[in-house]
Amino acid sequence: MTRGTIYNRDAFLENIARRLGRSPRLSGVSRPQWSYQPQWTVFAGRSQEDLLKVLQKQCELIHTDYIETTSAELAGALKRQVAAYGGGPIIVPDDPRFAEYGLSALLRDEWPAEQTTVHIWNPVLGRKNIDAAEQANVGIAFSDITLAESGTVVLFSRNEQGRAIHFLPKTYIAIVPKSTVVPRMTQAAAYIHEQIEKGALVPSCINFITGPSNSADIEMNLVVGVHGPMKAAYIIVTDR
Amino acid sequence: MPMKIENGPFWKRVEENLNNDFMRGAVAGMQDRGYVRRLGVIEELGHWEEWRSLAEQIRKHTLENLDYYLMQLSENVAKRGGHVFFAQTAEEANDYIRRVALEKQAKKIVKSKSMVTEEINLNPVLEAIGCQVVETDLGEYILQIDDHDPPSHIVGPALHKNKEQIRDVFRRKLGYTKSSDPVELARHAREMLRRDYLTADIGITGCNFAIAESGSITLVTNEGNADLVTALPKTQITVMGMERIVPTFEEMEVLVSMLTRSAVGQKLTSYITVLTGPRDEGDADGPEEFHLVIVDNGRSSILGTEFQPVLQCIRCAACVNVCPVYRHIGGHSYGSIYSGPIGAVLSPLLGGYDDYKELPYASSLCAACTEACPVKIPLHELLIKHRQIIVEREGKAPVAEKLAMKAFRLGTASPSLYRFGTKLAPGAFAPFVEDGRVTKGPGPLKAWTESREFPAPSKERFRDWFRDRQKGGNPS
Repeated sequence: MTRGTIYNRDAFLENIARRLGRSPRLSGVSRPQWSYQPQWTVFAGRSQEDLLKVLQKQCELIHTDYIETTSAELAGALKRQVAAYGGGPIIVPDDPRFAEYGLSALLRDEWPAEQTTVHIWNPVLGRKNIDAAEQANVGIAFSDITLAESGTVVLFSRNEQGRAIHFLPKTYIAIVPKSTVVPRMTQAAAYIHEQIEKGALVPSCINFITGPSNSADIEMNLVVGVHGPMKAAYIIVTDR
Repeated sequence: MPMKIENGPFWKRVEENLNNDFMRGAVAGMQDRGYVRRLGVIEELGHWEEWRSLAEQIRKHTLENLDYYLMQLSENVAKRGGHVFFAQTAEEANDYIRRVALEKQAKKIVKSKSMVTEEINLNPVLEAIGCQVVETDLGEYILQIDDHDPPSHIVGPALHKNKEQIRDVFRRKLGYTKSSDPVELARHAREMLRRDYLTADIGITGCNFAIAESGSITLVTNEGNADLVTALPKTQITVMGMERIVPTFEEMEVLVSMLTRSAVGQKLTSYITVLTGPRDEGDADGPEEFHLVIVDNGRSSILGTEFQPVLQCIRCAACVNVCPVYRHIGGHSYGSIYSGPIGAVLSPLLGGYDDYKELPYASSLCAACTEACPVKIPLHELLIKHRQIIVEREGKAPVAEKLAMKAFRLGTASPSLYRFGTKLAPGAFAPFVEDGRVTKGPGPLKAWTESREFPAPSKERFRDWFRDRQKGGNPS
């Protein structure tokens, strides 16, 4: 990675220090112990079952279809949901979890045999991935972390999982393994912070997605589906 | 759109807006529904005062160590291959962004919502070099195609327009043929803007919170427009006010939780996106080049003063949504892109008292704003501080107040004049009195009596009544 350029920093920061009435402070600051930390008390000690109930209730508020299934029945549930959203074309990341969850046959054989186009994101194809995402009726991805309180799926970008998968298709389905469900954004942020402390590089894009896109800019009427997907569903895999 | 949005005197703007029935109905409806929603999510969350204290502590700590965190942020952006430009003034920021656009030979630029690019008036600079600049937030898109109608609210910029007006604008400018149904209007905007995202050379965004520990920027939207603005064009430019920064992901999380609840009564908005540098090597989307422009533009002169708490602001507009004055006069009356209580505090600091000396008086000091603020900015106290400065240091007290004070001083300084004045009052008011009430008052009373009556001066003065009473006379 070539280092980027920084312009005009010294004078800018010196001015800030001068206004604050002290000499520049460029190192040695650590976060204080915050006096209050109410974020950790939200749904503290709840079981995964309880958190799923919270998630399900929240999905009603965010106009998101909520489906529970098991890993054995996931392929069927996914197929039904795609059909409910009007079928293909479909775009998915190149994610090993599709195979682990027994979805390879569906992606590679079943759907193509029914003339349903499935594009698997392939970084080597460059811009063609974006074209495929733009034409897709359904985007499907696995949630990396799921926030019960807000009904949010968290997705880390990687070479095999482009950003456009979550935004350009008309509809969106997230597969949510039950084990990924945490109380709220606090736990996700703490996890990412911990990774950074360990020296890991955060992915260039982390998406916190909560249901379909919407806007209330016209007379404060809620319109679901503006720039991103117009419908969204979470398929919860209860035994994983 | 520069920070200053309207010409003409403040009172004239107010009068015009008071007569805009649709706007007033829309604002009142927004405030009433927003109030219920906000309180609902706050109650559900619980421990709100602890959350506010935490958010305040985070913001105060970050501002007190702002140079340290900006240093850390810029280092981490550069490590990830991004470029950082520190801009002392609006001109420096615009100049840098123009140079990038020229270098990229950009024809089309898509933008997601950003107050700071409005503040520095970026769009005309880019249009002057031949770029087409497209706002993609639905509200801002509507205003842009309507010949740059100014925004009237920090979060809902097109709040003052009704759907019929929007339909007419779409018909006039976009060849739209369908109805005023918001769903149809939004679908049309979706189609128009899709093409723009896919063909733009540069994407420009604002920044809700930069994260120092990783060199990331956080964008908060419901529409998903910021994601398309950053996923598709080859170059991304993010413009941030220098105070919009937090130490780590953990503080970002707290402030985002406060922002979405306070702004729109949602636990989280549909899209919270954290972007770090340009695309990773081997990625097929995301920008190839990333520029972060950090803007001072008057903010540093607020640091170290009694107004420093205003820099804690996270632009949620909760203060706007509870303000009884905003409710009646609407956003355009403030003459600044920053309206409501936060605008009344911030606009004079960034734009000077010459243009904004009336704004600190556009408040009843009821303190609803201070109570609503998720980061505990003492807004109404800062408005009083502004008034003190305007009167004592700047000598710019409003004319009516000056005259009234002068007359009061004159009238009360001399016992004989005072007696004369109070004796005269009943007679002087006689032409305006109906059934013992003043209904069409003169001079300073005019504005008051336009909407309510004023009690007529008593025919019997207190002093006379008291004297008579002591004599054992009229006990009434």
